[in-house]
Amino acid sequence: MSGGTEIPVRVTKVTPVAHRIKRFRFERLDGRPMPYFSGGAHVIVSMNDNGHLRRNAYSLMSPPYDCSAYEISVLHVDDSRGGSSFMHEKVREGDEMRVSHPVNLFQPDWRGRKHLLIAGGIGITPFIAMMEQFSREGAQFELHYAIRSRDRGAYCEDLVAHYGRHRVKIYCDAEDNRIPVARLLDSQPLGTHLYVCGPAGLIDGVLKSGLESGWPEQNLHSERFLSSQPGKPFSIELTRSGKTVHVGHHESMLEAIESAGVDAPFLCRGGACGQCETRVALCDGKLLHNDVYLTDEEKASGRKVMLCVSRFEGKALHLDL
Amino acid sequence: MLVEGIKSRPVYMGLSIQPRARRHIFALEGEGAHALLDRKAALDSTALSRSEILYAPRGSQGKGNDEALRALGADMFFAAPTIATLLFRLRGTLTTAHMGTRLYIAGTEGFIGQAMIVALDHGMDHASVITEHRGSLARRVQCVHCKGVTEDVTHSPFPCGHCGLPLLVRDHYSRRLGAFQGVNIDAEEPGSAPDPEELFL
Repeated sequence: MSGGTEIPVRVTKVTPVAHRIKRFRFERLDGRPMPYFSGGAHVIVSMNDNGHLRRNAYSLMSPPYDCSAYEISVLHVDDSRGGSSFMHEKVREGDEMRVSHPVNLFQPDWRGRKHLLIAGGIGITPFIAMMEQFSREGAQFELHYAIRSRDRGAYCEDLVAHYGRHRVKIYCDAEDNRIPVARLLDSQPLGTHLYVCGPAGLIDGVLKSGLESGWPEQNLHSERFLSSQPGKPFSIELTRSGKTVHVGHHESMLEAIESAGVDAPFLCRGGACGQCETRVALCDGKLLHNDVYLTDEEKASGRKVMLCVSRFEGKALHLDL
Repeated sequence: MLVEGIKSRPVYMGLSIQPRARRHIFALEGEGAHALLDRKAALDSTALSRSEILYAPRGSQGKGNDEALRALGADMFFAAPTIATLLFRLRGTLTTAHMGTRLYIAGTEGFIGQAMIVALDHGMDHASVITEHRGSLARRVQCVHCKGVTEDVTHSPFPCGHCGLPLLVRDHYSRRLGAFQGVNIDAEEPGSAPDPEELFL
């Protein structure tokens, strides 16, 4: 099966953490240890929502060396496509679920002399695992964490208490505190790597300021999980399997193809990893590329498409699947 | 005789001045001076006021490159008598440098490799260091048997400067050592090494 073999798990704990944020603890049904992972890794959680399969990526936030369980934190998003609503409203302690093996697309650069972490809101989760690893390895790091209000900020007090005020700085929007990005960028020692995770506006702003401050692109890292955007329904022809698949308003191409029983490749399901890259056999219309994987030239060529987040508008789309 | 087509062989993209850098450090050797002098047009007064030029003339001694570099009017200029002196100075500069500092290296491959080691030691990513190959094609080669490094190798095979084995020069490059790898060419039948070819002049 695409995406690797899944691990059957039981939800052993559900903890409310902050406004609209819950933490879930998964332990293996067979009692064996979970695989080790590295800070920044995520898993795909499969949800069986009344027979409808939903799959979402969530960063692992438990300590990477702790194999007793995996923990994730889920924000109940306002415009949920179903995944975060399902996790918040349907999942109970004791439920059985399936998670993928961990995948890391947000690996710290261990050659760095210092690691500068910038988080916005729920973007804090990969950094919680990363900081465990940094502190265990004796690596130098600093976290700058922006939250909208105190009741929405997950883990603020815990992190400050654990790592100290000198390493964890909280900026609260409601109290008119913003991350002084430009000043931070100007005062870092040579060999610092920056990592940013959070809302798209924060990521774009920080990366742009980084380049403007003369930082090389090699030292700027980000992780954004895009979710598939709703759009006009359309149909696709799968040339190898000979099937016609209808993609609904709220559905992604990947989800529609999976529902049709075709095993398409995937890994992150968020337009970042490149695994679901698919060759376009015929395109009479316009591909709406929403991923951050393909280069601008590849997007313009119209020969490849990422099934997980991109869409199509036009007469006919044939894919090599 | 040369073993080519190996992926680790470095590619030097040429000195492009990064306009947004807060500090420019130029480490130049010999003919590498021209890599910077040829880009005078890209150096406005702001860029020069943020620039530090370190130069080791070596084989280009007496050609006036040092005077031409000094005349650019950078914030700092330092002429080093040897590569070792230049690298010592570069270490000092990078130790107190901040992000936003960009390093440019130009000269022979052996020099680029050694200055790159200093950059890596300070946590810089090799791909973020801007390099240009100027001057001789002579290589810095490590003997994979005795680990001795021979500078300014122009022939392949050549006798290792340390253990004397005839070494075939490969394009296999070690960034950590800043050197190409030399492998004994007549191990099975000592004395059967082919005649040396002058490849890297």
